[in-house]
Amino acid sequence: MARREAVPPRFAAGDRVRVRRADPPGHVRTPWYCRGRVGTIERLCGAFPNPEELAYNRSGLPAQPLYRVRFAATELWPDYREHPGDAVEIEIYQHWLEAAP
Amino acid sequence: MRSHHDMGGLPAGRCERDEHDYEQWEKRVDALMMLLSGRKPDLMKVDELRRNIEALGPAAYDSMGYYERWMHAIAQTLIQRGVISIDELGRKLAELEARDGAA
Repeated sequence: MARREAVPPRFAAGDRVRVRRADPPGHVRTPWYCRGRVGTIERLCGAFPNPEELAYNRSGLPAQPLYRVRFAATELWPDYREHPGDAVEIEIYQHWLEAAP
Repeated sequence: MRSHHDMGGLPAGRCERDEHDYEQWEKRVDALMMLLSGRKPDLMKVDELRRNIEALGPAAYDSMGYYERWMHAIAQTLIQRGVISIDELGRKLAELEARDGAA
């Protein structure tokens, strides 16, 4: 895909991000259980046409950067106690992420 | 509101780990999806398949098997794309039901 058709990445590995607490209709790849939660960018995976738009047979361009985001299990499930050091990594598109303090 | 299919993180009970064979019709549904999505221009995208699966109500979602959901979503997408007409699909289903002696 031509690079000019991709949105530039806003985040880098190590940045703290909060997942937007949005609820659009259609096909959304951001799992419900991580919306509103804070994680850390683990790495940039590349840029891909937005699947929410592809789901309606539109181009999905410009491509959205996709990140691997790491969440502490206790951030996702506050009552998670069995292995407090556990983490979950989720691939999330940039338009779902906001910088977190 | 959380969509029914988006059940990650919820209690799920035991995971079925046994291997199993696919039925012939399941392989055909899979092949149909590959043929429709793998050509250029495509006749559907995997994201359209997902959107139509995720639009299923909880009762329908839970009562249908994996490839039954695919079959439903392929039919929905081909109608939405104008590849097949609703009447065409209805007539073909009636023809097959009559052939197979279904109710």
